[in-house]
Amino acid sequence: MSTRLASGGRLIDRETPIHFLFNGRKFPGYAGDTLASALLGAGQQLMGRSFKYHRPRSVVASGHEEPNALVNLGDGGRFEPNQRATVTELYDGLEARSQNHWPSLEMDIGALNDLAARFLPAGFYYKTFIHPRWAWKHLFEPVIRRSAGLGRAPVERDADRYEHYHTHCDLLIAGGGIAGLQAALVAGRAGLSVLLLEQSPHWGGRSPVDGATIDGAEADDWVKIALQELESLDNVRLRLRCQVAGLYDHGYALAVERLADHQPGAIPPRQRLWRIRARHVLTATGAIERPLAFASNDTPGVMLASAVRDYVVNWGVSPGDRTVIVTNNDDAYRTAIALHEAGLVVPMVVDARPGVGGPLAETVRALGIRVESGKAIAKVLGGKSVGGVAIAAQAGEGAVLETVPCEAVAMSGGWSPVVHLWSHCGGKLIWDEVSALFRPDPARPPTGADGSAMVTPAGSANGALLADAVLADADAQARAAVKALGARLPKSAVPQVETVAEQPLAATWIMPQGAGPALRAKMWLDFQNDVKVSDVQLAAQEGYASVEHAKRYTTLGMATDQGKLSNINGLAVLAGALDQRIPSVGTTTFRPPYTPLTMGTIAGEARGVLFQPLRKTALHSAHEAARADFEPVGQWRRPYCYPRPGEDRQAAVVREVKNTRQAVGLLDASTLGKIIVSGPDAGRFLDMIYTNMMSTLAPGKCRYGLICSENGFLIDDGVVARIDEQTWLCHTTTGGAERIHGHMEDWLQCEWWDWQVHTANVTEQFAQIGVVGPKARLLLETLGGMDVSKEALPFMHWADGRLGGFPVRVYRISFSGELSYEIALPASQGLALWQRLMAAGEELGVMPYGTEALHVMRAEKGFIMIGDETDGTIIPQDLGLSWAVSKKKADFLGKRAQQRSHMTDPDRWKLVGLETLDGSVLPDGAHLPAAGENANGQRNVQGRVTSTYYSPTLDRGIALALVHRGPDRMGEEVPVQDGKGGTVAARIVSPVFFDPKGEKQDV
Amino acid sequence: MSETYAGYVAVSAARPGGMVTLRADPGNGKVKTALTKLAGALPEQRKLIGAEIAGQPVEIAWMAPDEWLIFCPRDTAADLVAALDKALDGLHHLALDVSDTRLRFDLHGAAVREVLAKLTPADMAALPLAEMRRTRLGQVAAGIWLSAEDRAHVIAFRSVGDYVFTALCHAARPGSEVG
Repeated sequence: MSTRLASGGRLIDRETPIHFLFNGRKFPGYAGDTLASALLGAGQQLMGRSFKYHRPRSVVASGHEEPNALVNLGDGGRFEPNQRATVTELYDGLEARSQNHWPSLEMDIGALNDLAARFLPAGFYYKTFIHPRWAWKHLFEPVIRRSAGLGRAPVERDADRYEHYHTHCDLLIAGGGIAGLQAALVAGRAGLSVLLLEQSPHWGGRSPVDGATIDGAEADDWVKIALQELESLDNVRLRLRCQVAGLYDHGYALAVERLADHQPGAIPPRQRLWRIRARHVLTATGAIERPLAFASNDTPGVMLASAVRDYVVNWGVSPGDRTVIVTNNDDAYRTAIALHEAGLVVPMVVDARPGVGGPLAETVRALGIRVESGKAIAKVLGGKSVGGVAIAAQAGEGAVLETVPCEAVAMSGGWSPVVHLWSHCGGKLIWDEVSALFRPDPARPPTGADGSAMVTPAGSANGALLADAVLADADAQARAAVKALGARLPKSAVPQVETVAEQPLAATWIMPQGAGPALRAKMWLDFQNDVKVSDVQLAAQEGYASVEHAKRYTTLGMATDQGKLSNINGLAVLAGALDQRIPSVGTTTFRPPYTPLTMGTIAGEARGVLFQPLRKTALHSAHEAARADFEPVGQWRRPYCYPRPGEDRQAAVVREVKNTRQAVGLLDASTLGKIIVSGPDAGRFLDMIYTNMMSTLAPGKCRYGLICSENGFLIDDGVVARIDEQTWLCHTTTGGAERIHGHMEDWLQCEWWDWQVHTANVTEQFAQIGVVGPKARLLLETLGGMDVSKEALPFMHWADGRLGGFPVRVYRISFSGELSYEIALPASQGLALWQRLMAAGEELGVMPYGTEALHVMRAEKGFIMIGDETDGTIIPQDLGLSWAVSKKKADFLGKRAQQRSHMTDPDRWKLVGLETLDGSVLPDGAHLPAAGENANGQRNVQGRVTSTYYSPTLDRGIALALVHRGPDRMGEEVPVQDGKGGTVAARIVSPVFFDPKGEKQDV
Repeated sequence: MSETYAGYVAVSAARPGGMVTLRADPGNGKVKTALTKLAGALPEQRKLIGAEIAGQPVEIAWMAPDEWLIFCPRDTAADLVAALDKALDGLHHLALDVSDTRLRFDLHGAAVREVLAKLTPADMAALPLAEMRRTRLGQVAAGIWLSAEDRAHVIAFRSVGDYVFTALCHAARPGSEVG
């Protein structure tokens, strides 16, 4: 059993005991602990269950690579699943729960899967898709869906705050171990702006634990000296708890700073996402130790040798009284020494290499520790914890030579450089046969815009594993980066390091090498996803030769740890099964982020009221005061209707339509796009932009116009007013303002750059209020100041003036078929005019109306709506708008396209009205079925409904529809889908249901 | 929205001022001469300068190769448009009173660059004083400039004024200093 040692632990403060809850039970720990070290220190080894077989699992690693010790962390609004206990800093009152078990961690029903492992082989999911056919839907899917997932999904709104921070630098250094620090010293002394980010709460990486004498100082002290100098440099910024999570093109990097994870509810934001533009990036991300594949290597108590060392040295935690070391390299001997120095017993070092020698092994032997060369662990004994190991010859098949009782196993299969960032943006790797590792290929780096390398790897991340090599490499790589950035190299020497020389490792992928099927089926590669040596071999056998295919077939490396421990071992086993060399099998793709990011961090400030910018008109507060029911229109919020107490939406809309048709209504039309087009060539320009003629429009007049794309399709419409000889004001749809302004500028800047035309989008400058209805003129006359009579201001004219003292431009245009004035005035005065109109119109029965009443009234008049009657495939001629397409103009955008045979085809669907015989309202988008079936066996159709409403004016359902040869079929009865599986009979009629002669608007 | 938020940088909605947009081609010698004569000088690319037009103090911001935004006292915007039209009479140009199109926000405090860097991808550390940076703040378009090391100014479209003010306050919240 693991326990806390009486002394030691360089990172913990034994003077500050704290308490936390795990599965509801109170545990002690110390400030400086991680959740994992505190649990181990308290004797709680069992921390979770594996994903597929629900096997009992304890911590394997001591860092971000941890696959097993995942917990549901926190509670309520601070609940978060799948948190790695190894990097969760302990705080007083922390609450964690283990995952993926039922009913309890100790007694888990799902562990029955383990017994059924024979029936859950690699590719199990895929096989169940296929055979037998009924089984997936009725048997497997329900079971798999219920058992899928590790942690629970949070149910409450995240209680924390997050933010982003953009920054630029010359050199971004990822990783604050000795390599990162040395690189920062070199670049900092060169005067470059340096950003050095370290994911853990401590500088120095592994060196203080692994031990090294640098420039005559212990690693710990050298780190302090280096930091002192770096902190004195203004051009160097240093951040702890800040992980470079992803690297992208153009020197763009994302880093996550954990500000309050270790102090929940503190004032700072919980996490800050750094969005970094670096001229160059240096990755000093270190290396991760690899596990060894021996039978039952997932038993709680089996850990990475480096992690064992970390727990002893950093946190004063014993993994167990007796720890057997199993290794294929010299580094693990450091763990034997650390355990021995802590007063713990190492019964044996099991070394897969024959004839082990060298200074580290000799030191260990001199301590009286038994070193067995050429040996392997045949299997781990015990169930929920290690009871001992069975020893065999590495060269053999697993015949047990002896058993060694122990409580823990420290394994080391060598080290893999953390090449993730290098690979994120396209850097390639080479296989280093000597150290058995993939490292960045200097000949194939990720390249920047100029084609040169934008990333430089340094230290262990570059395959330099020993402290002297690490610092020499970091210094050299940093100098190369400084030079590439064009800065002057500082005069400083490479730190002198005293290290113990190491003997070469022996690549060991299966232990023992000749293990049979029974042992291979218990050799875990991916601990979290339960992928074993036998699974990868089965995948190879079933034809999954590509590493990417084998990964997906077996789910190797697809867990939340993304295979940090398992990838290299897995592909080596695959290579073995395929009888290929490891580099020709290659790695799977490394994708950002390095470790999972919290959604809140990605969103940053963009949540709650800042989730999306809401555009509000100048009249918004009046609508809110009137308790408007808003709807989104693009990013605008527009009143859908203004329900009165006791009214639902439908009742409000009916009232608003009737009142507008019978008395007077007010509409907030401010969102309509308004684009000023001005200049000597403005008329000529608008004649190209619009399908009809705008150059001939007289000043003071308005004309409805259509805008088509160069493919002839209708993209926008609106009323154009000619202001003066050289100036027009173009109204666009609400959603079209920016789009059409961009469309105009595109043509002006790219095609007709020599035309003298200026455009200006003045949409936001004006509030625009529609005063609509038979009493509209009366209302305006009440305000006074301007002659708004038919004679002074006829239909489709505009005039400037003062109305009730407000400076206004009044347009006599109508989208409702009623007498209608649209009044534009500076936005800051819009609210005051609206309030004045509401007050002055009280006796006339004025009421505001919303977008739905607007839509109903325009449909009653057969006016089209961009986006309803158009969908990007509709031309004006489909909509009965040929009258607005000039036949005289030599050219306009869309003219040529509209002459294509398909566009002039009489068989096109065209706009008509539909009236149901029973007066009911048709469903929106309903099809008009036709006889027979098409080539795909689908029912033929002859049209579809584009707009459909209950018309309060006519007290019946009305609809606009695009129908095959529609205008030729007036009066014909057609079936329309009723939305319930049947059809309803409707008659094809004119799309103008109300006041077809337009008498009401022209009074 | 006349409130001031007392964050680690103070955020306030500025009193409405006058703004005039001017589009004309300074590559046309006559345009350049007329404008230089009127304003005394024109800002270089991306710059914002103080000037006097028709007896009124103004600030002229370069917005694009053929576009300037001129800040003026609120009640003089119409006169400014008239003065521009007069000076450029017969020359292709467009001058419009756009005083209500945008809102302005002022930031005051030592960390104005840092607070803005939480919302804009522009390199705030490198932004010179009196330079108009057209960029985005959060999810909307904005113009940013510094009039002093501890004073920053933001213009954004009127409709998203609430969003911009709230986002600036979020960024300036005490305790969220990046340092």
